[in-house]
Amino acid sequence: MKVTINGTDTELRTGATVQAAIDSLALPAQGRGVAVAVDAEVVPRGQWESTLLEEGSRVEVLRAIQGG
Amino acid sequence: MATQDLTTAAADPMVIGGQEFSSRLLLGTGGFRSLETMTAAIEASGSQMVTLALRRVDPSSRGSIVDALDSLGVLLLPNTAGCYTARDAVLTAKLAREAFETNWIKLEVIGDDRLLLPDAPALLEAAEELVDEGFIVMPYTNDDPITARRLEDIGCAAVMPLGSPIGSGMGLSNPYNLRIIRERAGIPVILDAGVGTASDAALAMELGCDGVLCASAISRSEHPVIMAQAIAQGVSSGRLAHRAGRIPKRLYAEASTPVEGTPEF
Repeated sequence: MKVTINGTDTELRTGATVQAAIDSLALPAQGRGVAVAVDAEVVPRGQWESTLLEEGSRVEVLRAIQGG
Repeated sequence: MATQDLTTAAADPMVIGGQEFSSRLLLGTGGFRSLETMTAAIEASGSQMVTLALRRVDPSSRGSIVDALDSLGVLLLPNTAGCYTARDAVLTAKLAREAFETNWIKLEVIGDDRLLLPDAPALLEAAEELVDEGFIVMPYTNDDPITARRLEDIGCAAVMPLGSPIGSGMGLSNPYNLRIIRERAGIPVILDAGVGTASDAALAMELGCDGVLCASAISRSEHPVIMAQAIAQGVSSGRLAHRAGRIPKRLYAEASTPVEGTPEF
């Protein structure tokens, strides 16, 4: 199925989780300072493994940067 | 209070959200050329509250700002920079709470991408929702006493009026409004945005501001670590001057040497 991750169309297997979307980005090990929203709703870290994405889901994976 | 007590920051803490800070300088981390320079500048400033932001992950980025800040033991103050609607600011604040495990939020809702001035109605809307959600809300606002009052009424922990536009380094364009905001507010007033150099920070504190938030003036200066010290000292000396009670301004001279006993030659 097709989802959008940080603005980029991405193919994931049907029934993929939020964690699978994060894994597809091949990030370095992530600790504190990362947050995820799916369709403009926060998905808490504890629910990344259990939250399923749907066709067309818009996923934003954010991390801390310098600012302000 | 003994005179001596006035001279130590520890005896004159800034209290926001029930937490005491001996440093009245809040430091923004935007604009530093490296995490190393940022860390050294924070240490030199003595700041205990430091802002940071959220953006899309970049797989190629190296080093963690959170790890760097955690090692300094400062309070993390995430911001909602770049948000133009109350909805986006509220969602960003909730994501920041998730990412940094904190209820503190520097709330920015911007109304124009060139001016970077706050959108007051949207700011009030976002502030109300975030206060209801249990956040410790520190809103970046116009230097408008009425908006400041509304933000206090909503339950914000502090109010952060601008001195001049973000990153402009133009100093305090309306010191009278800032003084009025300070005189009428029952919550801490933090001067946010516009500081260009140490004297701007000192002036804000002399006007009675409880603290100063400073980013570009330090991070984009030629020598950020030295400027961090300079602005920290500006904040400290401005605070002392405010508490010391300055002499009134007068149009004509007033001799400090007694006239009585002046010889007549």
